[in-house]
Amino acid sequence: MGEDSPAIVLLGFGAEGWGRALIAGAGLTLMVALAAMAIGTVLGAMLTAAQASRWRGLARLATVYGLVLRGVPELLVVLLLYFGAPGLLAWVAALFGLPSPGSPPAFLTGSLAIGLVSAAYQAEVFRGGLIAVPSGQIEAAMAAGMGPVKRFRRIIAPQVLHRVLPPLGNIWQFNLKDSALVSITGLAELMRTSLVAAGSTRRPFLFFVAAMVLYLVLTSASSALFRMLERRGQRWAGPA
Amino acid sequence: MNDELAFLAMTALAIARALPVTVLLSVAGALGSSGLAGVLVVAQATRLGRPIAQLWIFVFRGTPLLLQMFMVYYGLAALGPIRHGPLWPAFREPVFCAWLALTCCCSAYIAEVLRAALAAIPKGQIEAALACGMSRWTRVRRIIAPQMLRLALPAYGNELVMLIKSTSLASTITVVDVTGVAQLVIAHSYRTLEVFCLAAAVYLGLTAGLTALLRRLEAKLMEGPRR
Repeated sequence: MGEDSPAIVLLGFGAEGWGRALIAGAGLTLMVALAAMAIGTVLGAMLTAAQASRWRGLARLATVYGLVLRGVPELLVVLLLYFGAPGLLAWVAALFGLPSPGSPPAFLTGSLAIGLVSAAYQAEVFRGGLIAVPSGQIEAAMAAGMGPVKRFRRIIAPQVLHRVLPPLGNIWQFNLKDSALVSITGLAELMRTSLVAAGSTRRPFLFFVAAMVLYLVLTSASSALFRMLERRGQRWAGPA
Repeated sequence: MNDELAFLAMTALAIARALPVTVLLSVAGALGSSGLAGVLVVAQATRLGRPIAQLWIFVFRGTPLLLQMFMVYYGLAALGPIRHGPLWPAFREPVFCAWLALTCCCSAYIAEVLRAALAAIPKGQIEAALACGMSRWTRVRRIIAPQMLRLALPAYGNELVMLIKSTSLASTITVVDVTGVAQLVIAHSYRTLEVFCLAAAVYLGLTAGLTALLRRLEAKLMEGPRR
């Protein structure tokens, strides 16, 4: 099927076209990357806090986490979660005397895997940003009676956010591209969809080019967005 | 307990046997992408090469390496000129395709690193070299290259670490590298965690070794001018 159809029909939105599926795949890719980024930000901030913690063991654990997750291929992490999650879930369920719940949704394991790696990189970025705030300012804020939330909102965030934005933009780009690895779990994101389309129409070149174009749209649109945010950030930060 | 140890030893042996593939891909990829990155940087200085180099960098940095691998291995193989041309024996080999995709992808990242290093060299130095009557080649050899090396090394090292990690994607196009073996062993034994930890240890060893090597090189380069 489709072997003789012209490219425009195959990529179109008609009955034989894969256009709708590819766009939906791109949307799912975006969702995976967003979820991974969010997981990475939360976990990364926790790692940064842990590294600055008074408990040596906790700080060391956070450092080791960063070293390992930045030194191991992302594909390995995705595979580990994909193959390992059902067993882990069954084990946890058995602890509570429940039957095995089967495999968790591919979206969850996929974005968790990318997010775990993202966290290691984001923690480095946050650490670098925090160094930019002199400890005297934190002490002064404490002396003025500010709580941790107020301290973060008034003293740390305004000085750190515009500094961490460019490296976070880089990490976002990597998340977007790493989300293609989730395709091995069978989640129908852009990479998987293009593979399926290539397989069923026997036109791999066409569909891989289409997927490349869609990835380029995603990456260049988000880099434009980050550039805009950076300009805003500079304005908030005032003259350097 | 004994069973467990025997299994671990067997897995370690299988992974060790696949290690040369990963190392070969890393070294060949590093050489290929560094050379190509040099070409891209030089091309960016010419009127004709500039748009081509920029398009190259845009495409390879903006798309996932996994997609590029599939493009080279499955996509290009479907094209007549490749399938029936003289290059088919090479494109039939998954290792070659993995190497080609790695080289193209990493060259784009390394070219950006080199370009940034080049831009960081003060213009006055080039002008001074010109004023001294240095030829283009002397200028590159005495003024530009040594400083670029020092400026680019940390970021270049990061790219090489990325490259080592990226070689694992070759397993998706049937190359039996460390990740590929790990997947095969898991498919046979269903023991996920132990096998992945062994594979992860191999990659950690490779990246940590490279990082240590680069740090020593950096220290050596830094003490250069002070003597």
